[in-house]
Amino acid sequence: MVDLQERPPADHPERPDRGGRRRAGELGGLELLRWTWRQLTSMRTALVLLLLLALAAVPGSVVPQSGVDAFAANQWKEDHPTLTPIYERLGLFSVYDSAWFSAIYILLMVSLVGCIVPRTLHYARALRAVPPRAPRNLTRLPEHRVVRLDAPVDDVLARARTLLGGRRYRLRPTDPDAADAVSAEKGYLREAGNLLFHLSVIIVLVGFAWGALFGYQGGVIVLQGGTFANTAASYDDLNPGSRFGADDFDPFLFTVDDFDITWLTEGAAAGTARAFKAALTYRDGDGPEDQYDLRVNHPLTIGSTDLFLVGHGYAPVITVRDGNGDVAYSGPTVFLPQDESFLSFGVVKAPSARPGQLGLEGLFYPTFDLVDGDPTTVWPDDLDPLISLNVWTGDLGLDDGVPQSVYLLDTSKASQVTQDDGRPFRLDLRVGETRQLPDGLGSVSFDSVQPWVRIQVSQTPGKEVALLGVVAALIGLLGSLFIRSRRVWVRARPGTGEDAGATMVEVAVLDRSGGADLSDVLDEIVRGLRDPEPSSHPKEPQ
Amino acid sequence: MSNTAWETLSNQAIGAAGIVYFLALLVHLAEWASLRQPATARAARTSSAGSEGSEGDVLVATGPETGEEAPSTRTAFLARLGVLLTVIAVVAHFTALVGRGMAADPNRVPWGNMYEFTTAGTFVVALMYLLLRRRLKLDWMAPFVLGFVVATLMVAVIWLHSEVAPLTEALDSYWLVIHVVSAIIATGAFTIGGILSIAYLVKLRRGDATSGPLTRVPSLAVLDRTAYRVHAFAFPVWTFAVLITGPIWAHEAWSRYWNWDPKEVWAFITWVVYAAYLHARATAGWKGRNAAILACVGLATLWFNFIGINYFATNSQHSYASLGAPVVERIDGAPDVARVPLH
Ligand code: HEM
Repeated sequence: MVDLQERPPADHPERPDRGGRRRAGELGGLELLRWTWRQLTSMRTALVLLLLLALAAVPGSVVPQSGVDAFAANQWKEDHPTLTPIYERLGLFSVYDSAWFSAIYILLMVSLVGCIVPRTLHYARALRAVPPRAPRNLTRLPEHRVVRLDAPVDDVLARARTLLGGRRYRLRPTDPDAADAVSAEKGYLREAGNLLFHLSVIIVLVGFAWGALFGYQGGVIVLQGGTFANTAASYDDLNPGSRFGADDFDPFLFTVDDFDITWLTEGAAAGTARAFKAALTYRDGDGPEDQYDLRVNHPLTIGSTDLFLVGHGYAPVITVRDGNGDVAYSGPTVFLPQDESFLSFGVVKAPSARPGQLGLEGLFYPTFDLVDGDPTTVWPDDLDPLISLNVWTGDLGLDDGVPQSVYLLDTSKASQVTQDDGRPFRLDLRVGETRQLPDGLGSVSFDSVQPWVRIQVSQTPGKEVALLGVVAALIGLLGSLFIRSRRVWVRARPGTGEDAGATMVEVAVLDRSGGADLSDVLDEIVRGLRDPEPSSHPKEPQ
Repeated sequence: MSNTAWETLSNQAIGAAGIVYFLALLVHLAEWASLRQPATARAARTSSAGSEGSEGDVLVATGPETGEEAPSTRTAFLARLGVLLTVIAVVAHFTALVGRGMAADPNRVPWGNMYEFTTAGTFVVALMYLLLRRRLKLDWMAPFVLGFVVATLMVAVIWLHSEVAPLTEALDSYWLVIHVVSAIIATGAFTIGGILSIAYLVKLRRGDATSGPLTRVPSLAVLDRTAYRVHAFAFPVWTFAVLITGPIWAHEAWSRYWNWDPKEVWAFITWVVYAAYLHARATAGWKGRNAAILACVGLATLWFNFIGINYFATNSQHSYASLGAPVVERIDGAPDVARVPLH
């Protein structure tokens, strides 16, 4: 409410002026100066901190962030071996968790609290206060008018009271010390809006931090027909907040009964898919079974956990028999799409195969065509699939206890199976086909194709708090920006000299927002004082 | 009408809009040039009007006419013609947007890609100028607004044009519609506000000229005030777009409401810079020049995010780059269906 930079200080009735002489409009008193100074400095600090925050956010959009895209971050690290250690020390791969970024926003929050508290106290006092006395010289204020009216002084002041009172201004009761002027003020809610806004910024941050600390995100690939139980071990990748414990997983299960997809066959977007739908059966704890069609943009909420459909692909069902004719591997194998054509890459590991371990690595073509004997994908739907694999035998490195990615084949100690002419052996199989491997190593069959879906699972506590915070912030902001906080003073004195007999009226207005064209406001008040009767008398408050 | 017919209509309408905007620009430039000739006479008038207005000691309430210079008939004619042409161009521009939406199957809002987003953004800039012209006395801005719109449309048509395609699944959400509408409106308003702040800075350097074209530009105080009003409108809209509807939609589509994705980072930076601008206007020592500079910085971050970031950062989930380019070999998972091309 009080903006000492732009307007004279308020006089509070409960704090009588020393000696009764000090008038609003004069900057008096050391205490006031200190208060102003504090206000100025903290405002400027807040401004500088805001700019620093904006600047500090930039690197996170340039350097890949491991929390956002771990793969891109790793790739970047591989490509820039010299810069990586320096960047790592600076926290540039996780800017938004880094000490320096946190320092800036924590400082900002401290400054914010240090700003809100005194302003709230001040506001509480200002709410009860009456508008301050008119400054001695109204013509010294930047926005003012001086007019000569014929009505007597008392009439003019009475008119001013009716006029401003009718426009929802709060009026200062007539006081004998300053009987020649009317003080009026309105727009008290503006400061309330501003305080609400700043308070809400803190609420948003609390909600955000809560989610980051106590929540988690995980991703999992589930085959059609497959079941997922919500424990840490079930996830392909898991990114828990630092305060998220293993006991905090909601105890639910779900099964992917079916996955449906519609491919566009014509138009500019032919070859892209629409209407992905995974039919789930799920059970929360010991509760009853339930069904849900999981679609993009339509997550499923189980307890406090949200499930999202974020990807899909193909898992060819492959059977590997070894040299003895025993089944060494059999089952759907998740292949990862490489691009929009759904050309997919995957690996099969059969360590129990004899005479030697067998490893297969290669590509899946959902609908293939042969060009010069080599397959290419022509369509992303699995209308006529082909797998094309290279074969390795020997030690796949699975026995030395080091965990391996299921999507990578360690060929450092294995040898590639070759044709008679020495070129690498390539196994091309269509659905239902089986082929023998050279040298009596066994055979491989491509039995069928099963779709899989990738499901993102997350628990984000505090998201409602954050949402409430931003909505409150927006409401506060609207109040702060659009409610006009304004003071008006009207002083009327009998004219002297050649104006004797008339009334000299000074009108001045102060607006805190600085967004209004005050000359219009002044014109309107002057018009109202001139001619209080029908036309300009406000029936409705503006 | 068939989809191809709609698309052709859209392409023709955008071409027509571009040409008419350009004509309007020429007319307004001619208007400014015609102002220059009787400069001395007008200068005398302006300065007397100025002193009247600023002293404030006038005994009579000033009527609306007194403060404004009475323009010559030729200038007034050109000004009206320019506005008329702009209105025609905006109508054609709107037709182009509708055509884009109707050409898609199923019909949809026309902001599925950068071309559509840019044409929608420039439309809002032009429309907002027309709507605010009277209220905020923005007539003098015509050449700047039109120059901006013509240039940006040219970029859109020449470099960003792409054929009509249906929305990616993740884009098919009413939250997205609200999010993008508000983001585009805020972008249009910030752009107008930015032009005002640039004019403020130019005028500050040149001083309050008494002759030449700069006399058309309002006084520093008026520029500052008008810029604030436009920014004060845009900022809550941007807050709504970027901090409320954006996260709600992101949560539905990607499971995280805030992911520090490059596009989000820059939307946040823009927000913080404009918050700093609003602060600066209330901070001693930062009012005026520094606040205007901050508004320009805000505008730069806004348009950088609008266009630049798509080419700059490839790891954005909002990235258009993912449209054509193959997804790199990812070991940690598959390409997401939710990984969508977006503004
Ligand atoms: C997270 C940090 C902050 C943000 C995002 C922020 C944002 C804003 C915004 C958007 C406004 C504009 C509303 C208006 O013009 O009325 C504003 C106004 C204001 N802020 Fe902040 N602020 C922050 C921190 C602070 C701090 C630390 C202070 C304490 C000095 C402060 C003091 C003020 C004051 C006094 C106003 C009113 C200015 C006026 O009357 O126009 N703010 N703030």
